[in-house]
Amino acid sequence: MKLTNKKRDAIAGYSFISIWIVGFLFLSAFPLLTSFYYSFNEVIIDGQQGLVTTFTGFNNYVNAFTTDVEFLNALREYLVDIAVYLPLIIIISMILAILLNQKIKGRGFFRSVYFLPVIISSGPVINELLSSGTGTLSAISRSGMVENMQANLPVFLSEPIAIILSEMIVILWFSGVQIVLFLAGLQKINREIYEAAEIDGASPWESFWKITLPSLRPIILLASIYTIVTLSTFSNNTALGIIRQGMFAPLPKGFGYSSALAWVYFLLVSAILGLVTVVIAKPWQNRLPKGGK
Amino acid sequence: MTREKVNYIFGKIRHFLFGLHYSDGFLFKAIIYLLLISIGFVYVYPILHMVSYSFQSLEDLLNPAINYLPSSLYFGNYQEAFKSLNYFKTLGTTLLVTLVPAIIQTIVASLVGYGFARFEFKGKKIWMALLIATYIIPPQVTMIPKYIMFNDMGLLNNVFSVILPATLGQGLYSAIFVLIFYQFYKMIPKVLDEAAQIDGASRPFIYLRVAVPLSMPSFITSFLFSFVWYWNETYLSTIFMDSGKYDTLQIKLLKFVSAYQEANPGGDIRMINEGMRLAATLLIILPMLLMYFVLQRWFIEGIDNAGITGE
Repeated sequence: MKLTNKKRDAIAGYSFISIWIVGFLFLSAFPLLTSFYYSFNEVIIDGQQGLVTTFTGFNNYVNAFTTDVEFLNALREYLVDIAVYLPLIIIISMILAILLNQKIKGRGFFRSVYFLPVIISSGPVINELLSSGTGTLSAISRSGMVENMQANLPVFLSEPIAIILSEMIVILWFSGVQIVLFLAGLQKINREIYEAAEIDGASPWESFWKITLPSLRPIILLASIYTIVTLSTFSNNTALGIIRQGMFAPLPKGFGYSSALAWVYFLLVSAILGLVTVVIAKPWQNRLPKGGK
Repeated sequence: MTREKVNYIFGKIRHFLFGLHYSDGFLFKAIIYLLLISIGFVYVYPILHMVSYSFQSLEDLLNPAINYLPSSLYFGNYQEAFKSLNYFKTLGTTLLVTLVPAIIQTIVASLVGYGFARFEFKGKKIWMALLIATYIIPPQVTMIPKYIMFNDMGLLNNVFSVILPATLGQGLYSAIFVLIFYQFYKMIPKVLDEAAQIDGASRPFIYLRVAVPLSMPSFITSFLFSFVWYWNETYLSTIFMDSGKYDTLQIKLLKFVSAYQEANPGGDIRMINEGMRLAATLLIILPMLLMYFVLQRWFIEGIDNAGITGE
């Protein structure tokens, strides 16, 4: 039998990715659907019968939203964290990348320092930093600025500002990869565009808004997605902790209930990702600049 | 002094401070360096803090007059941390459950990335979309069925609960590594393949002899990130390997109090102090720090070169 080159290509392609397809079906797609199914059931592992599921409809979801104060608080906390961290991480890492992109000495050195946390920040390490008070700059915590603000400002303002001040180090520590992404993006912008703008009398300020920012839009999107995924899967996340605890808690919690929590969380994360993508990429305007290339 | 001379000097000063167009003046540079250095300090501060406290004895820690410089170099914290972490044995375990999956994950990502990049076949776009979806789905959603599955298969508290997903391309952030290889293999000119095919080389042969040697930088970058992320992962390993047999350094730090009791039977947990905990933390990040200092260019340039930013 003669095979055309096209067919050979298809066979080779599928052979190369086959291991991933098996893994995807077996360890991603199947568990995803199963956990969706579990979320509508009471699930227990019985010593004799093995896995026992009892259909309970939307009970798990209703319970999560009506009785589980802890989980709702954790979700609220997660939303506040994303709302505060995401813009800060993006803005700070962009500013740092722009600073590093100037003609300065020791760029490589600074870049290495800013990237350092990517290598060492794990849940337990960040825990130790926070619990030993290393997570805040001692100057800020000593000045009583945070307490002062909490006494004088309305909660919706003082809470985000308190997070910013008390967790400045943690925020900066989550910016390593993003800085490198922005720096790579900046270096791909053609210098001639800036020179032309300067000849036309544009100030650096105008150049930033009219050239740099639009060119960086794909990177902003990429960095935002990376940031959201990292924050949403970081092991210190309270909501994730509750999902894990629920797994081994007695009924009506357990595997079924935790699956429901996981699905609520998953939908929330997807909604945030979708919203951020729409806001940044503005697909309806269809004027996303072609980065690089 | 004539008016012209004054103007000249002022012009010189202005030029010195502001340059020709702001960004090359002294003032601008000074502000940039000041910002970079002070922000850099925020990054290094926690590490300096850890180093300083880990060398302080209990007296130093309690002495309000001593802030950062210990009165003498005290190694007791490190001795205790070493003992509590059971350092070398735990390091071995940690390497087993981080290094091995990292290596496997990298090799598999290369195969899959090659398949996606070099061949045209039906359904490729859909599989690519699903690949990216696996990056976005939080592991918590699939974790419970996996737990039950691994339980049935006897893989709980077993190294294979980490190795199996890595082998099937579903390890920690596997999608990113597949994409890194995908981007790289896209860049190799097709002519190379065609030339080799005319010479009678089979497709697997071309992959091994042409693509793999060319993609060594991608292998190194993927492996390093994979290794670091596995090293820092604690959420899934506390679920799938809970028995204590495969406690990594990170997990030991998480359970430092019980680790301390294990190492000092009958020991008073009130003896645990900040110095000891920070010494333990330093011991855990030390291997990564050392690796980073030696191989940092692979980490950073890896992101640059991965081409992720190009699209």
